[in-house]
Amino acid sequence: MIGTGILRGMAVTAKNFVGSYFDKERLTTVQYPEERIPLPENSRNFPFLIFDGEDAQAGLRCVACQICEKECPPQCIYIIKSKDKKPDYVGKPQFYPAIFDIDISVCMSCQICVEVCPFEAIKMDKVFELSKRERFDALLMRKTELAKSNEYYHEIHPIEAAEVDGNLAAAAAAAAAKKKAAAAVAATSAVTPPTSS
Amino acid sequence: MSVGFQELAAAPPPMTSRLEGELLEISMGPQHPSTHGVFRMNVALEGEIVRKLKPVFGYLHRNHEKIGENTSYLGSMPYTDRLDYFCSMTNNWAYALSVEKLAGIEVPERAEYLRVILAELTRLQNHASLLGFLLSDMGAWGTPLMYAFREREKILDLFESLSGSRMMCDFMRFGGCRVDASEEWLGRARKIAEAFPKFLDEFEQLILSNEIVIMRTQHVGKLSAELAINAGITGPMLRASGVNYDIRKVDGYGIYPRFKFRVPLGDHGDCYDRLMMRSLEMRESLAILKQAFAEIPAGPITNPKVKIRAFKPPVGEAYGRIEGPKGELGFYLISDGSASPYRYRVRPPSFINLTILEDLCLGHTVADVMVILGSIDIVMGEVDR
Amino acid sequence: MESLEEIKARAEAVVPDAKIEIVLNPGPANQPSLLLEALSALRVARFLHDDPALRLDFCSNATGVDWLDRKVKTTRKVKKLVEGEEKEVDETTEESVPGYLEAVYHLYSMSHKHGPVIIRSRTVNRADDVHLPSLTPVWRSAEMQEREIFDLYGIHFDGHPDLRRILMWDEFVDHPMRKDYVEPDDYEYEPTPHDEVLERAKEHYPARPELEQLTPRE
Repeated sequence: MIGTGILRGMAVTAKNFVGSYFDKERLTTVQYPEERIPLPENSRNFPFLIFDGEDAQAGLRCVACQICEKECPPQCIYIIKSKDKKPDYVGKPQFYPAIFDIDISVCMSCQICVEVCPFEAIKMDKVFELSKRERFDALLMRKTELAKSNEYYHEIHPIEAAEVDGNLAAAAAAAAAKKKAAAAVAATSAVTPPTSS
Repeated sequence: MSVGFQELAAAPPPMTSRLEGELLEISMGPQHPSTHGVFRMNVALEGEIVRKLKPVFGYLHRNHEKIGENTSYLGSMPYTDRLDYFCSMTNNWAYALSVEKLAGIEVPERAEYLRVILAELTRLQNHASLLGFLLSDMGAWGTPLMYAFREREKILDLFESLSGSRMMCDFMRFGGCRVDASEEWLGRARKIAEAFPKFLDEFEQLILSNEIVIMRTQHVGKLSAELAINAGITGPMLRASGVNYDIRKVDGYGIYPRFKFRVPLGDHGDCYDRLMMRSLEMRESLAILKQAFAEIPAGPITNPKVKIRAFKPPVGEAYGRIEGPKGELGFYLISDGSASPYRYRVRPPSFINLTILEDLCLGHTVADVMVILGSIDIVMGEVDR
Repeated sequence: MESLEEIKARAEAVVPDAKIEIVLNPGPANQPSLLLEALSALRVARFLHDDPALRLDFCSNATGVDWLDRKVKTTRKVKKLVEGEEKEVDETTEESVPGYLEAVYHLYSMSHKHGPVIIRSRTVNRADDVHLPSLTPVWRSAEMQEREIFDLYGIHFDGHPDLRRILMWDEFVDHPMRKDYVEPDDYEYEPTPHDEVLERAKEHYPARPELEQLTPRE
């Protein structure tokens, strides 16, 4: 009979309408910004730079090797390498980025910079409420805005950060062991290699 | 001399016979809500009947292929997400498959399973939202679309917790996938796939026996099998015309030969068949998912031989294709041995499926044009590239 | 499916004046192709489409490729008299190969479910003689794709029913997918233009104080 199809369809809408008062499955929306759904661990938005220790600028892991700048598909990273070397957080002299800008109006959150970085220096952030009143310069993140602490990284990506820390510690231990062995071969002078945390 | 309302009402101007038979040309789009993006059609009408229809493309053209030729092989991967932004996982797969063909890369077992799972989930959410959009085009504004989006959202949440992004997943890499799926993730995905048939039943009850839907779609936009083959139509649209051609079966790429599934076929090739086709394909996707979840082995997800930096495939060319949710998605690559492809070509299914838009619409009314366009299933990011 | 050599032999038997060459593909994909002449391409295509054993009824992908004029260096060992002695010496000759535009078609068969057979044809040069026969009369799916090739590469397909620009606007003059295409200087605003972009942007927009502010960044 004509009309039964429509009635059957309306039964579905009625079920959904009434169900939305009782069933969580049928009312899935939340009242943003008062209510928020927690972001999953892997969620990513824009990159940031990790620093260790207290001083944000001295502790940057980035050594300005410019690999991410080269690999970035939309070319949103702009790095100028320092002329001098400064000791990093473990005291080893390294180059550092004199300028490190990421244009987040160009960045497409592809995570390739994170994948290619050999120093675990750049990671993906989860902050997404970045709207600005101005279109251009406000969306250009300078080095000072990009630097975020390792603790922050642990906060937003706990599993991944623990893994990264483990890898770094293992690499540091291997390097220390190698140095120790070299020192033992050199043997005569009693210089203890600097241990890194 | 100005004519007031009263005079007009008293003596309506007579219709001159001179105008009869003349065509009225109108431009539909590029900002029309039913054109699925910025798509324009120049339509010549005789009354309500379409006599001529010329699609106009290019509003979203950004020369994706040129960008691909100027960036590294890996650098194109996130750009492929933005082709058909509904199905970034399958886009990734098609591109990865072509590069793997070009460079002769093996993919580990677990990665293949993950790819199948993600591709079928993509198919589910694409088809579900297509049904919603199509009903929107017919005038069921919002409600069915929101039901479809509610289900889609669950799948997008899965994508986000795995790859980090809901739509721009950028998940696959040459010779594998970027991150491994945890047991917990697989469990959640399995649960969502198991609950999906319930939604499908409800959705079918909502629309498929609805008299209005039937009247608007049956015998509208009929596509014959001969024309479909000759015009290179692929995907659900081709199968709705009764041609048994599914690249998952024909090429058997990845590990698809291991799965048991049927290829649904249409009979009439009209809009209703195309609509039904999506619904039936979702059920087959669920069958594949069920098998994949049961069989997925443990193991590595990337091929350790593939370098992430300075990846240079040997000189040669390759054409790889997969059965995307919208049709055959192919990538044609020519390598000259350098770090970026010499030629990078996308074979976009929704662009080529639009070839016969005019043939389908001729003789139908303007309102039917929207239904026909909706049943083709296009995404402008892919059409214009 | 029969091998490319067999297809070539049969096609040449059916279309007697056709000269078909097999283009090898050295990569692991191993997808060699048939190079057709412009003169006979349409008839060969018709044969590929109609032949009951091949029945390549589905033209999946049609695209263009731009090959620039290039210089080929060949090194040969030549026997020469050096200081009264006969020695083998490497001699390098340079030869310039004219560039061409190429149209590539990937054909499959939906009835027999085989493929791909790849056919390609080349224009005489890249400048004035850029005509190829359109294969749209054989495969309708080439219609939009040949328009796209015409738009982006500038190959004129003779016999195409509706050869217009498709992605670029009608008034556009150049062909953006060509390898030697130069982008116009109308860059959008970039907050940190540097190097080449900055130079060109400055030239194009002389009165932009915000750019001046940005320069002393190094």
